[in-house]
Amino acid sequence: MQRIGVFVCWCGSNIAGTVDVKAVSEALSHEPGVVYSINYQYMCSEAGQNLVKDAIRDYNLTGVVICSCSPRMHENTFRKAAASAGLNPYMVEIANIREQCSWIHKDMPTATEKAIILGRAAIAKVHLNAPLMAGESPVIKRALVIGGGIAGIQTALDIADAGFEVDIVEKEPTIGGKMTQLDKTFPTLDCAACILTPKMVDCAQHEKINIFSFSEVEKVKGFVGNFHVTIKKKARFVDETKCTGCGECTAKCPVKGVPNEFNLGMDNRRAIYIPFAQAVPKVATIDPNYCNMLKNGKCGLCAKVCGAGAIDYKQQDQFVEREYGAIVVATGFNPIKLDQFDEFGYSQSKDVITSLEFERLTNAAGPTSGTLLRPSDGKHPHTIVFVQCVGSRDTSGCGKTYCSRICCMYTAKHAMLTREKYPDTDVYVFYIDVRSPGKNYDEFYRRAVEQYGVHYIKGMVGKVAPRADGKLMVQASDLIAGEQLHIEADLVVLATAIEPDKTARPLATMLTASMDTNDFFTEAHAKLRPVESPTAGIFLSGACQGPKDIPDTVSQAGAAAAKVIGLLAKDKLTTNPCVAESNELMCNGCSSCEKVCPYGAITYLDKEFRMPDRTTMVRRVASVNPAVCQGCGACTVACPSGAMDLKGFSNSQIMAEVDAICQMK
Amino acid sequence: MIFSYYPGCTLKTKAKDLDRYARLSAEALGIELRELAEWQCCGGAFSMAKDEIATKLSSVRALADARETGLVTLCSACHNVIKQTNHAMATDADFAMKANNYMKLETPYNGETQVLHYLEMLRDVVGFDKLAAAVKNPLTGKKIAAYYGCLLLRPGKVLAMDNPENPKIMEDFIRAIGATPVLYPYRNECCGGYVTMEDKNLAAKKSGTVMQSAVEAEADMMITACPLCLYNLTKNAPEPRLPVYYFTELLAEALGVKEA
Repeated sequence: MQRIGVFVCWCGSNIAGTVDVKAVSEALSHEPGVVYSINYQYMCSEAGQNLVKDAIRDYNLTGVVICSCSPRMHENTFRKAAASAGLNPYMVEIANIREQCSWIHKDMPTATEKAIILGRAAIAKVHLNAPLMAGESPVIKRALVIGGGIAGIQTALDIADAGFEVDIVEKEPTIGGKMTQLDKTFPTLDCAACILTPKMVDCAQHEKINIFSFSEVEKVKGFVGNFHVTIKKKARFVDETKCTGCGECTAKCPVKGVPNEFNLGMDNRRAIYIPFAQAVPKVATIDPNYCNMLKNGKCGLCAKVCGAGAIDYKQQDQFVEREYGAIVVATGFNPIKLDQFDEFGYSQSKDVITSLEFERLTNAAGPTSGTLLRPSDGKHPHTIVFVQCVGSRDTSGCGKTYCSRICCMYTAKHAMLTREKYPDTDVYVFYIDVRSPGKNYDEFYRRAVEQYGVHYIKGMVGKVAPRADGKLMVQASDLIAGEQLHIEADLVVLATAIEPDKTARPLATMLTASMDTNDFFTEAHAKLRPVESPTAGIFLSGACQGPKDIPDTVSQAGAAAAKVIGLLAKDKLTTNPCVAESNELMCNGCSSCEKVCPYGAITYLDKEFRMPDRTTMVRRVASVNPAVCQGCGACTVACPSGAMDLKGFSNSQIMAEVDAICQMK
Repeated sequence: MIFSYYPGCTLKTKAKDLDRYARLSAEALGIELRELAEWQCCGGAFSMAKDEIATKLSSVRALADARETGLVTLCSACHNVIKQTNHAMATDADFAMKANNYMKLETPYNGETQVLHYLEMLRDVVGFDKLAAAVKNPLTGKKIAAYYGCLLLRPGKVLAMDNPENPKIMEDFIRAIGATPVLYPYRNECCGGYVTMEDKNLAAKKSGTVMQSAVEAEADMMITACPLCLYNLTKNAPEPRLPVYYFTELLAEALGVKEA
């Protein structure tokens, strides 16, 4: 018989407000095996923990039940307290009477009764608990960063500076991400390229950083400290080790009409291309959809002009196997498609553009060399209308319900810079609310209004109608004046909502990392663990976790790096002892468990068993590698013969809990 | 192919052409339109009030009567009311229960009937390619501006006919009868509707914007499915005005069934 202590926490009024904690500790004191039962205001406080420790020593407790908040919150706290008093930490059970009881009930008798039942279930389980010993697993001292935008770059640099190896996997031919396409950055208006490209070069030159450009993560196996990753290096038909980035091939390539992704299709590139002058790595890539040589074997001009002999039309996708201790997701964002927002006429007029296209039109390296010209006729626009919240904060079901967070500030920047460079231009901004809560952000926005004379109008645009003479008729409401406005504009700029990159969803599946309904990665705790995924060893950097501007992205990237460094600095990790175990006497070797194991932790052995009459028999039985098993429990459910059991959550323990809950008293 | 057919009041009075040419064309295309027996006025506007039951009952009656065949509508306003009522019967259990209790039908009605606008029938049942093949007198060279108005397509998720902000069903129809569609930005804006009863100037302003936009786009004529739109465009819109026809008239002409 166990000697069990019960500790009922008030959690201030969080629990005690709806649960009669005294009645709970009194009722549970009569349960079989309970030798000590007490309630206290804050069990997690030092004094509360001392209550637990002292009781373990004074009453020779062999099991402890804490009736408190979710085990996700304080299970570890109480396990540590028990261990310091000499009790095996796995002899502690938590009955969650806060999230699953006091917070969801209003009626005190109901909540009290439920708390007692939950306490009884935990006591029933502790009776069957056995001391467990945690093992150790080694940590591979290398990190993988998926995505080479500003988030991935900053995370990689910070990890590498701490002395650990980092691989960056970037799906595009160059690292740099969206920030390479921006012109100036708020609120200080420094040029994006001037602050980003040195970091890209740092990555390339860092001896601890290895860049896999034009590559994608193909497969992920393993667990924290021991990930096995297959990286697909997509065929770029150019030997990276030989290409010098001289640009001879891109100048001579005869296929000229390929829409240039870097300028969002507003100008053209060749079939062989380097995305932009500061690309890292500065290596050419052949686009197989347009290259004549790859399509029909007729051309080969680039191979002829390449002095380095780097062109390789026969190149295939390559697969590289690498091992990592930690993985950082930094897959970033994209503006949404505007199919659902035809009222703004994006598909009907070239002069209705997105804000990212506006960045290219004002960027010195863009299609107009930085002169703001209308895409339709190349003339200077004299009236520009900016529309905010296109697809953001949308309740119609056409866009996103969330705020994209960056649009208010970049629109203020666009409006301000337009007025600065072209003072003869009338600039209107339509907004729902102007959100400018960052450091020096509101001052920045006010400068646009007060110093630069941008017309900010609270209200939404209902329709943009392209007129035969090239003008855009903007129909909008001014909510403050309470009137309809009709503005003849030359250019309309849509502050398009942003969404996670499309590669994020399949990647999350590979990583078993969770996502929210908008496909943003979820963090382990919204406030206290914002850069960790709930899956151990997976970290989050940048806009893959939620919309973010550059300052926030860089902060989060550094925070993710700090968490990775903390992990890689350890030589060994304590493993979770709550792993699966196969009862060889009952196992019939059917392989059901192996098929469902997501970690590859189950192998089969041919084992000799003693049989009656001094005979022996060789049978195939399952064997679990405890270093690989993550204790998910999938195998215990799949096992048809009941041979597979999870330590700490055995079938008999779970059934004992169910029995205790169902028992009428 | 047989469909039940709901003409609506206006098609029996002011908009007889819309109705007549629709029937002639359907016959030519091998579709039998069976006018519902004892149909009643749709009410003319779908009440947004959730607890408004009585004005929607005539639509429920028509829908229930067309259970076996599906229901083809033609007037934009009738289509709007009937399709929205059907959606409410299928998705709003409270409304459906009250309507059924009131109607005392032998079998309760819960939005099973498929409601097709005549244009949808042309697109989805006949097929614009088949229609093009059946055309005897193609309207080659005619530049036609399709006018959708507001009721035919909205609310977009309920009517589910086309993208209300950038529709193409009427343009595809215009191509099928051999003419050239003219795109103009105000083709899905309101003509002023019933406001003409109250404020002629406002109706003139609204329909004028539409008309002017079509004139600027250099169309020869406009087509519509809505009697009220036709009224506003031809009576309220200021000059210069394009001729406005019901789309069924041009359809009948193209199919060679329009009487001389």
